[in-house]
Amino acid sequence: MSGRRIFTKPARLAAVAPYVWMLLFFLVPFGFVVKIGLSHTAIAQPPYTPVFDLAAGWAALKAAFGALSLDNFRLIFGDDLYLLSYLRSLTVAAVSTAILLLIGYPIAFAMARLPRGWQPLAMMLVIVPFWTSFLIRIYAWINILQHDGLLNQLLLALHIVSKPVVWLSTDTAMYIGLVYSYLPFMVLPLYATLAKLPHSLSEAAADLGASPRQAFWLVTFPLSLPGIGAGVLLCFIPIVGEFVIPDLLAGSTSPMIGQTLWLEFFTNRDWPVASALAVLLLGVLLLPLLIYERAQRRQLEGRS
Amino acid sequence: MKLSRFNLVSLTLGLAFLYLPIVILVVYSFNDSRLVTVWGGWSLRWYREFFQDQPMLDAAWMSLRVALTSATAAAVLGTLAAVALSRAGHFRGRTLFSGMLYAPLVMPEVITGLSLLLLFVAISAERGFWTVVVAHTTLTMCFVAVVVQSRLHALDRSIEEAAMDLGCSPVEAFLRATVPLIWPAIAAGWMLAFALSLDDLVIASFTTGPGSTTLPIRIYSEVRLGVKPEINAICTLIIAAVTVLIVVASLAAKLSKTQADNAAPM
Repeated sequence: MSGRRIFTKPARLAAVAPYVWMLLFFLVPFGFVVKIGLSHTAIAQPPYTPVFDLAAGWAALKAAFGALSLDNFRLIFGDDLYLLSYLRSLTVAAVSTAILLLIGYPIAFAMARLPRGWQPLAMMLVIVPFWTSFLIRIYAWINILQHDGLLNQLLLALHIVSKPVVWLSTDTAMYIGLVYSYLPFMVLPLYATLAKLPHSLSEAAADLGASPRQAFWLVTFPLSLPGIGAGVLLCFIPIVGEFVIPDLLAGSTSPMIGQTLWLEFFTNRDWPVASALAVLLLGVLLLPLLIYERAQRRQLEGRS
Repeated sequence: MKLSRFNLVSLTLGLAFLYLPIVILVVYSFNDSRLVTVWGGWSLRWYREFFQDQPMLDAAWMSLRVALTSATAAAVLGTLAAVALSRAGHFRGRTLFSGMLYAPLVMPEVITGLSLLLLFVAISAERGFWTVVVAHTTLTMCFVAVVVQSRLHALDRSIEEAAMDLGCSPVEAFLRATVPLIWPAIAAGWMLAFALSLDDLVIASFTTGPGSTTLPIRIYSEVRLGVKPEINAICTLIIAAVTVLIVVASLAAKLSKTQADNAAPM
């Protein structure tokens, strides 16, 4: 249709403003992160000395590239603290994503099995807490988990424990907070995939003699893999960089990489090391993203 | 379809897990006792306390202004981006464009915040209201783009084509036929951007300057010092505001849906 072709031109013009905006405020800033990650620390405002100065022009840029400093990266690889932070972040993210999948899948599955008329309401009920500030939700858990909080009061009243249990500032509290905050991010993509699967598929499996359990593991589960991938990605990546939840709920034994970065930046005011940490974190996170992209492309190819 | 008992139990437990902490928080905001966990009878004293806490009110006002401004900018930019992605076909740099729009959705906030701060320092922009607005707009326009784009994909293109057959220019066709139909999605995107901006702590911490504190930053510094009943009251007010917003939004969506159904009876 000719209309389609006429329409593309104004639509391309529509791209200009958001394109320029994202270039200026999303892509260019990363250039600065890389640049400062390669700079030296200084006690000044801003607390770093640039290795190259864009204002000095092309010649300065060329000279600077010869003397780029990888000191910050060497420092990070030479110090166990940073490596342990990365490892802890990845472990925490993996464990909480696994718990999220275990809890989220049955919820999403049940939502998809609700009568059609009830599904929008169920979805809304899952979304509403997501609209409520995450800080408030974490704070709500502090109310419950603190020393004389409701959980301990309940456990004491039921004589399950004889003296208050320490919940706050433990990994348990952190995992509760993480699972609680990210649950909608796991449930919604899973539900979107499961709701689209026609019921006739599992009915056909049942007609062919599969038990409900077999029908689930042989038909429904494999078909829901794209939703699992999206949910895992939506939870895993932000949790790796999480700062607030471990800061408020976990103990101070070993920080996650988001906390370390924050500390280097705001407390130690070592901007170059903080930037280098951010560059490495981005590199670490690129891997799961690329795996997901490849899996998705393979699936698209398989379909056509 | 009948729900099995297992499904029913997992759904009930899941929703209870999601709502119980919030309900407890709301109930305890009306607690008269200074100790957060001891019930001292119903009272509004913590709400009164909040309305006398000038720094907290200033932070709330700052957050509200930032959220209104950035959500509006994000709604405009995000809608434009969605139109480009769903109607412009293939253009040069499209992959980069969509990549930049999807990346902030999963990027850890510390990285986004850090990079924007370094940009602001590099161009020596004074940090305050506007730097937070720019940061929030950048993040939230991506969410608006996703919401509006999914609506545009679901839309029947023949409506736009019919409008053009009837003599509309493409821009006119878009404004007079498409925009009214995607209006609920734009409104939903605006509200999502508003809520995200109001909620954001990490990016605001990086991009704000001294003297311009947002509400989450203030709440965060209070919470780190320990639980205070006044925080329960503020949180309840925010929850109430968000709930009203969601109810209005869903009513508006229902209204526009019935209007659309009436306009095009099948």
